[in-house]
Amino acid sequence: MSTPEVAVIDYGMGNLLSVRRGLERCGASAIVTADPDAILSASRVVLPGVGAFADGMAELRRQGLDAVVQEVAAKGTPLLGICLGMQMLLDESEEFITTLGLGLISGRVVQVPAMTADGRPQKIPHIGWNTLVLPQGRESWDGTLLQEVKSEEAVYFVHSFMASPADRDHCIADCHYGGVTVSAAIRRDNIHGFQFHPEKSGEVGLRILKRFLI
Amino acid sequence: MRNVRLIARLDIKGHNLIKGIHLEGLRVIGSPNEFALSYYQQGVDELIYMDCVASLYGRNNLGEIIQSASQDIFVPITVGGGIRSVDDANHLLRCGADKVAVNTAAVANPQLITEIARRFGSQCMVLSLEAKQVGLERWEVYTDNGREHTGLDAIEWVKHGVALGAGEVLLTSVDREGTRKGFDTALVRAVTGEVSVPVIASGGMGKPEDLIDVVKLGEADAVAMADILHYRRAAVGDIRQVAQAAGIGVRIYEHA
Repeated sequence: MSTPEVAVIDYGMGNLLSVRRGLERCGASAIVTADPDAILSASRVVLPGVGAFADGMAELRRQGLDAVVQEVAAKGTPLLGICLGMQMLLDESEEFITTLGLGLISGRVVQVPAMTADGRPQKIPHIGWNTLVLPQGRESWDGTLLQEVKSEEAVYFVHSFMASPADRDHCIADCHYGGVTVSAAIRRDNIHGFQFHPEKSGEVGLRILKRFLI
Repeated sequence: MRNVRLIARLDIKGHNLIKGIHLEGLRVIGSPNEFALSYYQQGVDELIYMDCVASLYGRNNLGEIIQSASQDIFVPITVGGGIRSVDDANHLLRCGADKVAVNTAAVANPQLITEIARRFGSQCMVLSLEAKQVGLERWEVYTDNGREHTGLDAIEWVKHGVALGAGEVLLTSVDREGTRKGFDTALVRAVTGEVSVPVIASGGMGKPEDLIDVVKLGEADAVAMADILHYRRAAVGDIRQVAQAAGIGVRIYEHA
């Protein structure tokens, strides 16, 4: 088997080095690039990112990378959005002002509620290690990137906004933050999104990244 | 239940991991990344690298150390010390840092907090606060690694800093730092009671049990640990067990 070549999209936002190092640790050859041809010819594509939704989308559009990501998705190349990169896969976000996303998975991006389910104030951003749980109606992670995650294993989150997918079938994993259900992993066909950072989630995260490379 | 984060703090001078008392009288301990890797392997939740002479020399020299750390360490890394501009922050983030902690420059130019938060997101902008007790329930802000006093009230400053865009607070008690006498729980409680962002308690952890009060009474979201780990008085796993036995949620971590 040849080494999968992964393009990590560089649009100026996010800890790109860590994503690259994580992929390399999993045996991939990874390049950090904004070159459309390099992105379109890669066998896997990662859309990373931290920061504000509107800035991220503006930067993608400015470089013409929004259309490139849509083309990657359309031609069936495995695509993984991480954190802001996941949120941008959706239709739109309410962060600051309503901003259109890439529209690859239907749904919206909304604020993490500043109240717990039982009405106490909640820390925002949600920062820390949290356990992944099966969303209602899903029985296992077999056949998903989370296949090898054991129950009770936690991954690292840092975010103030969260995805709210329109179709529950696209929800692969949730986590609970102060009793609030947060969409942690989503998927539609070849398009995957993680709210958590697999590249910052220790050995569990590397196991998940490895699945993306298979 | 929320999980309290166990964070290893590495204070660095030049290329050495060092440790002082009250942030002074620095002693060399060893190579920072050897210690960092060991903590990662023990299952630490995050790492903080602090260049403790950077403010003095006007620049943070940790870029190379972080770059090399990011080859083997896959948990979040915060870097602080001597960050004076958005460009400084950008450089460290490009080297593999996930967050930057800003103290001295933020006091001199509070707008920097907003600039960093706007450019990289508030979750990247950690307000580092060195506080020294000056009266009953009163603490003053210090800068330059505990060397310079500012006249600012710590609680007022932290509220201001969060309003400007800081997404997290690294709260170091200068009085307790390096003393092994336990955290300044009153200071931590005073801050957690006033801000809606996560607070990392730092300074004074002498034994694993010290984290119980600062989490339960101080409501710290995370604890930073330095010489308890550096001098191997406890391993990360021991501390995790003490937390769990006290009913404090921590990440479940099993050795691979």
